Amino acid sequence: MSERTERSEGRAGMPSRHGMSGDRLDGLSVRDVRVSFDGFTAVDGVSLEVPAGDIRFLIGPNGAGKTTLVDAITGLVRATGSVCFGDQELLGRPVHRISRLGIGRTFQTSTIFEELSVVQNLDIAAGARRSWATLVRRRRGIPDEVAAALETIGLTGRADQLAGTLAHGQKQWLEIGMLLVQDARLLLLDEPVAGMSHEERDATGALLETVSRDRTVVVIEHDMDFLRRFARSVTVLHAGKVLSEGTVAQVQADPRVQEVYLGHPVDAGSVPSGLEA
Amino acid sequence: MTAVTPAPPSTATPAAPADAPPPRRPGGRSRLRAAAGFAFGAALLFAVAPLALSDFRLALLAKYLCVAMVAVGIGIAWGRGGMLTLGQGVFFGLGGYAMAMHLKLADAGPGGMPDFMQLYGQLDELPVWWRPFASPWFALPATVLLPMAVAFGLGSLVFRRRVRGAYFAILSQALAAAMVILLIGQQGTTGGTNGLTDIQGFFGYDLDDPVNQRMVYFIIAGVLLALLALARQLIHSRYGELLVAVRDSEERVRFLGYDPASVKLVAYVVAAGMAGLAGALFVPAVGIISPALIGIVPSIEFVIGVAVGGRATLLGPVLGAVAVAWARTALSERFPGTWTYLQGLLFVVVVAFLPGGLASLWALARRRDADSASRRRGWFPTARRRAERAEVPTA
Repeated sequence: MSERTERSEGRAGMPSRHGMSGDRLDGLSVRDVRVSFDGFTAVDGVSLEVPAGDIRFLIGPNGAGKTTLVDAITGLVRATGSVCFGDQELLGRPVHRISRLGIGRTFQTSTIFEELSVVQNLDIAAGARRSWATLVRRRRGIPDEVAAALETIGLTGRADQLAGTLAHGQKQWLEIGMLLVQDARLLLLDEPVAGMSHEERDATGALLETVSRDRTVVVIEHDMDFLRRFARSVTVLHAGKVLSEGTVAQVQADPRVQEVYLGHPVDAGSVPSGLEA
Repeated sequence: MTAVTPAPPSTATPAAPADAPPPRRPGGRSRLRAAAGFAFGAALLFAVAPLALSDFRLALLAKYLCVAMVAVGIGIAWGRGGMLTLGQGVFFGLGGYAMAMHLKLADAGPGGMPDFMQLYGQLDELPVWWRPFASPWFALPATVLLPMAVAFGLGSLVFRRRVRGAYFAILSQALAAAMVILLIGQQGTTGGTNGLTDIQGFFGYDLDDPVNQRMVYFIIAGVLLALLALARQLIHSRYGELLVAVRDSEERVRFLGYDPASVKLVAYVVAAGMAGLAGALFVPAVGIISPALIGIVPSIEFVIGVAVGGRATLLGPVLGAVAVAWARTALSERFPGTWTYLQGLLFVVVVAFLPGGLASLWALARRRDADSASRRRGWFPTARRRAERAEVPTA
């Protein structure tokens, strides 16, 4: 077991040709970020620090600004303030440049290329730095980083299957695999386990722990059971602001969080089920 | 955290890596099939057609094959890249006019001027922008590079601003309209509505001679095969996969670190180059280039052929273009005046009932009894076949 773990660790964190992942672990620093749409402020001065290698869960009621915050970090919406990954400022750069700095994200709905095979999906994700000379040639075999990612996400046996024919959970893993080969060092996952079975959730959680060894992971999630098992730290957003932050236990014990989720403060003793609402 | 599972457990992933077949790739067999297909196509174009067809029909076929070249480009830009370009006539026209200008100047002889200029323009000397076309070293590359440059300029402006879908289609069509208006307005130097007509020679060969017409046909057939080989390479390359990814989900590709605008730009520029080459070869084959051959209507007709044949396949656009052009001639000979209606009907029927074109019929027939999971869409036969091959051993 230990040997297997070690081997797969080496693969999951396989330093790519570019030597970008594996050897540098960066944290995410969000300072006073604001996003407004036509006068409506969706994200209202959010600041948070995600240390390198963390698995941070972002939770909050609908409309709290979780996805909008991720949109701002990845350049999809305009924002003011500052977002730094490592020592790189992200705000103000176009989406594909931010992505090349090692920021990868998934969406609430699966956005894999359904008309392409699993390998083709991963190969495309691995190739953003390829030269045109490489691009106009045919792919020969499976690149090492793609093979490693296939192994990590458990889809080696389905490499040539059309991505659109995968099961729901497998599609989500393929999305995560695409972030791995993309060399993302910060993974922003928007509801990765929504609609998954129990086994699939467990597998996804294990996958997150594997990849977080040399990457920083931020997860938006509503599934509180999943959160309790896999979150290392939690940030609660409410109405565009940070309401609470800390470990799972600290956040669960925070009366303000209970008020937001239940509509009234609850006695600290009866908390554990409080977040399940 | 200490006892980490290396991967999602195999309970959730039924196909365990151990008993999975070795990864397969599009390799030897498909390459062999393609080579056989090219040999068959070459035999058809170079041996069967010249023997079976009269000089008149062969000249018509040469014209159809030029349309087919445009179709190959549209297949890449629209079928693979999702850019519905309703203005390929512009690039066809640029190539055609560049070639016709050179041939007119060659006909006129050194220091001479094309006949129409004295007639309409009352010009004493050749306009400046005509002069470089006297040299074949300028004119021939220009037939391809000029359309590519225009496509590059337009594409850079448009794709970066994320203009796509119907807006892109309308914009490209407007370009075709603008080009026609420009040509007609400048009658003194462009020949106006008449275009550049009455072209006699082709690099020293008399185009009235049937032997030389035959030679032009062979050049056209050879170039079409070369363009098909180029398109095939492009489709099967990593770039081809990326282009399909951009077509299906441009946003996602952007989040992978690519700039989808440049991916689309390349396909658009390649398609423009193919249309330009087609226009250039159309001129010696038919002996004329005019605004009526490159405006909105012909631009749409290029697209109809591609849609009928199957836009996302390699051969669909070519066969569709030739079939529609042939049907047009055959039907107009017998029932003059009805073709326009039939063409419209054909387009409506294909778009409504067979979005994958005729090529998808063949694919549907092939997999009638296969599982219905991947039958959702009818227009991507190559990827589906690959999926079929992959599914068999794991099932």
